[in-house]
Amino acid sequence: MFKITSEDIAEAQVREVVESPESGAVVLFLGTVRDNTDGQQVKHLEYEAYTPMAEKKMAEIGQEILEKWKIKRVAIIHRVGKLEIGEVSVAVGIASPHRKDGFEACKYAMDRLKQIVPIWKREVWLDGDAEWVKPDTVFFESIPKRI
Amino acid sequence: MNVTVKYFTVCHEMLDRSEEEMQLPEDATVKTILKRLEEEWAEIAEFYEVMQMSVNWEYATEDTELSEGDEVALIPPVTGGKDV
Repeated sequence: MFKITSEDIAEAQVREVVESPESGAVVLFLGTVRDNTDGQQVKHLEYEAYTPMAEKKMAEIGQEILEKWKIKRVAIIHRVGKLEIGEVSVAVGIASPHRKDGFEACKYAMDRLKQIVPIWKREVWLDGDAEWVKPDTVFFESIPKRI
Repeated sequence: MNVTVKYFTVCHEMLDRSEEEMQLPEDATVKTILKRLEEEWAEIAEFYEVMQMSVNWEYATEDTELSEGDEVALIPPVTGGKDV
């Protein structure tokens, strides 16, 4: 399952989607909204996505994972809209026969997510200001071709 | 030909619209769209260096040729999942 949603992400549902009898491990990662960025107090976050492309790119990440590791199933769900502190913004679920592959693949999924999936985060601060988050240098190095 | 062009976040704010239909010459490429946006708002060109383009949900270059009905988008640097 590769999905952009404006609804609450239910982590139990992510587990249900990926688990299977032949898997001995389910790695479940949840990204949650932090109350600060470098010490600046965050009021809430807003996520925007180019939904059809984001879902296509998340499915590609899933395919990459199936090719690199002995993974049975992958799910990536990202939420959009306004999110309050503590809410789940992204969930990755990986089911694998053994835990090592699951941990590695889960990290890979999150790293790739921030490289190629068109989702943007806007921080709204307690002082009333707001700003779209700029990428880190990893992003710039990862761009395949720039305009 | 007619194509749809989509704008997100800073582009949406700069241009004050989230998408539009554009009528382009038959030999148009992604660059044709970038040039046209620049005519409307010269400052947008400063952002091209950090932006990517997509055609039909796939990353493209400025030389990518366009066809009737294509969906083109300006993709600002992505930040989904950053730092989590």
